[in-house]
Amino acid sequence: MSIDLKTIKHISKLSRISVDEKKAEKLAGDLNSIFDFIEKLNELKTDNVQPLTSVAETTLKLRSDEVKSKNLRDQVIKNSPKENEDYFVVPKVIE
Amino acid sequence: MSDITKQSLSELVENIKSKKLSSSDVTKAFVERSEKSKELNTYITEDYANALNKAKKFDEKPNLDLKLPGIPMAVKDLFCTRDLRTTAGSKILNNFVPTYESTVTQNIWNEGAILMGKLNCDEFAMGSSNETSFFGNVQNPIDKNLVPGGSSGGSSSAVAAQLTPITIGTDTGGSIRQPASFTGTVGLKPTYGSCSRYGIVAFASSLDQAGPMAQNVRDCALLQEVISTYDEKDSTSIDFKRNEYSKELTKDIKGKKIGIPKEYRVDGMPKEIEDLWKKGIEYAKDCGAEIIDISLPHTNYALPTYYIVAPAEASSNLARYDGVKYGFRAEGENLIDMYEKTRSEGFGAEVQRRIMIGTYVLSSGYYDAYYLKAQKVRKLIKNDFDEAYKKVDAILTPSTPSSAFKIGEKTNDPVSMYLNDIFTVPVNLAGLPGISIPAGHDAKGYPLGLQIIGKAFDEQNILNIAYAMEEKINFKNNITDWWIK
Repeated sequence: MSIDLKTIKHISKLSRISVDEKKAEKLAGDLNSIFDFIEKLNELKTDNVQPLTSVAETTLKLRSDEVKSKNLRDQVIKNSPKENEDYFVVPKVIE
Repeated sequence: MSDITKQSLSELVENIKSKKLSSSDVTKAFVERSEKSKELNTYITEDYANALNKAKKFDEKPNLDLKLPGIPMAVKDLFCTRDLRTTAGSKILNNFVPTYESTVTQNIWNEGAILMGKLNCDEFAMGSSNETSFFGNVQNPIDKNLVPGGSSGGSSSAVAAQLTPITIGTDTGGSIRQPASFTGTVGLKPTYGSCSRYGIVAFASSLDQAGPMAQNVRDCALLQEVISTYDEKDSTSIDFKRNEYSKELTKDIKGKKIGIPKEYRVDGMPKEIEDLWKKGIEYAKDCGAEIIDISLPHTNYALPTYYIVAPAEASSNLARYDGVKYGFRAEGENLIDMYEKTRSEGFGAEVQRRIMIGTYVLSSGYYDAYYLKAQKVRKLIKNDFDEAYKKVDAILTPSTPSSAFKIGEKTNDPVSMYLNDIFTVPVNLAGLPGISIPAGHDAKGYPLGLQIIGKAFDEQNILNIAYAMEEKINFKNNITDWWIK
């Protein structure tokens, strides 16, 4: 299996990380060597194995649906790179 | 007392409780030594002035019933600390100041400890040498230009160099045990669900666990006792009966059955590691343990499984860094362009690589072939341990396939870097507790560690085995303070 530049561009779009040609080539090399290593899993037959989704064999605890923290607006906004009063600010999205 | 920083945590606690030392004496000593040790680059953020003030306040009205009375402590920069910058070793969180505290660190402050600063680590805990940190390499106090391991490399270096009496790290695939092994210190990865993940910057949520990193097993047990609590803020926190690990610590391990997995004898493993393991087996026998050969047949598949599961979870967890709500933002022509530039400039190369792997294995058409396959193999790996634990109480292995390597030696080959975690990764995949203790030196004089793996929730047992073996091994770290002028 081989990951080509077209696939790298596709993944980069999905993961919202911009890559130029040079970076894409480097990534393709790295990812191919990593996937060569990962392909080892295909040696195993797993048709009848149940996937493990959680190591902890417990069920989620229920809790009452009540508000425990209030008035966090200032805290929530505090670390935003750009804000305007009560809002996060992003580049214009409507033409 | 000029030798304050040479004392173990347990000694310092004792000396503060008996009023031979004040919190200010101790805090001053560690701050001074930390200031003289900048060359190690262990700290990302220092908080010395606040620490000294808090120590002074503690001394005015000391509560000596606490478990960590007035003890100064620096912690890995992956734990959110209220009002003190938390970066996760990344440019993208360079300016992030949490408005809340992680449960694990809150537990530590509740017992009287004082925060000295935040310790360097690989970016988002992705690395085995601390070389992926945005804030630069960390030096291993054992030797110049030697990596301290990773991802908790600042933590391991700081404990070994005695810049903090003890610390905490996080371990997703070996990030506590491998650096402990590289620096001649003790590191415990607890059972998944033992320590709350609330307020820890997430890497791979089904694998991440916080744990203590210490100079000796007794100190490690004491800190584990403090940090392990059930927490309703973490839906994967488990409500089980926790021991008083330090009080119940015993060297009596007579009759304990310790398994030796034949699959851990990997190709190309240096003879020094093989010899260390054999020596460890002899020590365990000397302590009265019974040695039993076991098989963990899917060991070789653990790393490939890990390198699907961990990046998949990471790609999902790291989707939150979009330059909108917090952290670094790059300017873009429009919203999408802003996202893409922010993430491209804000994340380092290794983090981007793992996000890409994770995105790929979760993408349409590949999910079954990779992610689902990995989850099935993960089940087989866990089954191996379940089978083994029908016969034995614990498992003894080397911690790492080699001693610490030089800075820059493995940075160009991701797969060779990943192989560092070959003995530690299966433990995370199965959610088990594992402890690394220093057990000897290689020909270069660098420390080597042994790992003891336990049953889920059986931290007390592996701490006891480690405690008994520690006495027999009688390891001495050879640190010359070469970085202090």
